[in-house]
Amino acid sequence: MIDGETDEHDPRLLLLSGRDNVLVARETIRPGETVLVGRRKVVLARGVARGHKLARLPIPAGEKILKYGAPIGSATRPIEVGEHVHVHNVKSDYTATHLIDASAGAEP
Amino acid sequence: MSLRGYLRQDGRKGVRNVVVVAYLVECAHHVARQITTRFEEADVHLIGFPGCFPNAYAQRMMERLCTHPNVGAALLLSLGCESFNKYSLERIIAASGRPVSTLTIQEAGGTKATIEAGRAWIATQLDILRRQPRVAMGVSELVVGTVCGGSDGTSGLTGNPAAGRAFDRLVAAGAACIFEETGELIGCEEIMAARAVTPALGEELRRSVAKAARYYATLGYGSFAPGNADGGLTTIEEKSMGAYAKSGASPIAGLIKPGDIPPRGGLYLMDVVPDGEVRFGFPNISDNAEIVEMIASGCQVVFFITGRGSVSGSALAPVIKICANPDTYRRLADDMDVDAGRILEGRATLDEVGEEIYALLLRVACGEQTKSEALGHQEFILTYKSFEPIGPACLPV
Repeated sequence: MIDGETDEHDPRLLLLSGRDNVLVARETIRPGETVLVGRRKVVLARGVARGHKLARLPIPAGEKILKYGAPIGSATRPIEVGEHVHVHNVKSDYTATHLIDASAGAEP
Repeated sequence: MSLRGYLRQDGRKGVRNVVVVAYLVECAHHVARQITTRFEEADVHLIGFPGCFPNAYAQRMMERLCTHPNVGAALLLSLGCESFNKYSLERIIAASGRPVSTLTIQEAGGTKATIEAGRAWIATQLDILRRQPRVAMGVSELVVGTVCGGSDGTSGLTGNPAAGRAFDRLVAAGAACIFEETGELIGCEEIMAARAVTPALGEELRRSVAKAARYYATLGYGSFAPGNADGGLTTIEEKSMGAYAKSGASPIAGLIKPGDIPPRGGLYLMDVVPDGEVRFGFPNISDNAEIVEMIASGCQVVFFITGRGSVSGSALAPVIKICANPDTYRRLADDMDVDAGRILEGRATLDEVGEEIYALLLRVACGEQTKSEALGHQEFILTYKSFEPIGPACLPV
């Protein structure tokens, strides 16, 4: 527990290790829904699909993302509590993550 | 618990009695495949190596696969001018006590004549294999591998740790268990090294992951597919932490390379990344390349954990598919043997699913078909690689 926060969180969210700064969604949570993260109620601007992560704590740019109690990459920009934590705000500390450009070949 | 298996001359026991048809260059692939199509209802499996250039790794893999405990007889298909050493392969199979025959298409009279000769040989072998009795077999005689493919954010929460629980049970019962792959353990090297039975082995484990990180960095891509990211995995090290959970909690007894047979029970890491400078492209170009290497190291059964939903099976050894994601399971239930996603929905615990995987493994070892076997999946892929032998610290006594 950090900064007097409780470990209470939404039952749809999973905390894998007390050291983690992310929670994992056990099921898909849609945009606009309210989730409890620590003591804070957060309205999700962006949905979080099953198996995806959201921030449990405020994460400054450059800070390690901790899941399973282990570092899984670094924040590329500041991340707010309840924000979706994924390829748009995290990078690997080993090899860059490869994604398909689904819009490639589309009419301009 | 007593299982029943097919006893081979080297003392190992198989859980299937397969006639393997192996083409030794792509030019013999069609003929080899046509031979097997006649026997769709029997255990006649097609494997092969497509290249015409010599490769010690491919030669050794084919030797191990054709003398695998699940194999009862082998038919080799040569075009006639390829580099593959069919003479040495045939001698090694014959020395293992298995019936073996080599058909060379250029000498046998072309496509039709070779197909006819191959089918006749197999029909004779099947009659003999059907009469082979099975003998009692202990759980300690099993070698079981685990791979994951089509991973997502649920893999490391449900399927992988549940398979790890089954591994712990197997290791406790004296079986050999093999996990992989070093390119998907990047970031886990320190915690993994701490589980090694000797500090020197721990150093070898660390070194194998560093080699993988270097190899993939040179190639410019990690062992990470776009579907992994769609499923919630953000980086290779996150995927690694989930993949690592497959290994369970047993001490790590050794580090082996593809084709090395575990010398005794215990948990082994397989180093699948080639040695030396980067050659021949990506280490394992798709999931089945890993499954083939597990089988070459003696695995009679392989666990395959998937989140996004793979439908693959394999030639030569049954694949038990463990589905980590409950949504995927509902879509692809016909392809999945175990619904580990129940854990995420509070309908089962990790221990219960681990127990279910263990119990299913024993039934499969006794002959029960897995979903991919029943659907006829026999994927196989073997490409160029090169390895140095493992060092003395890799298998502490």
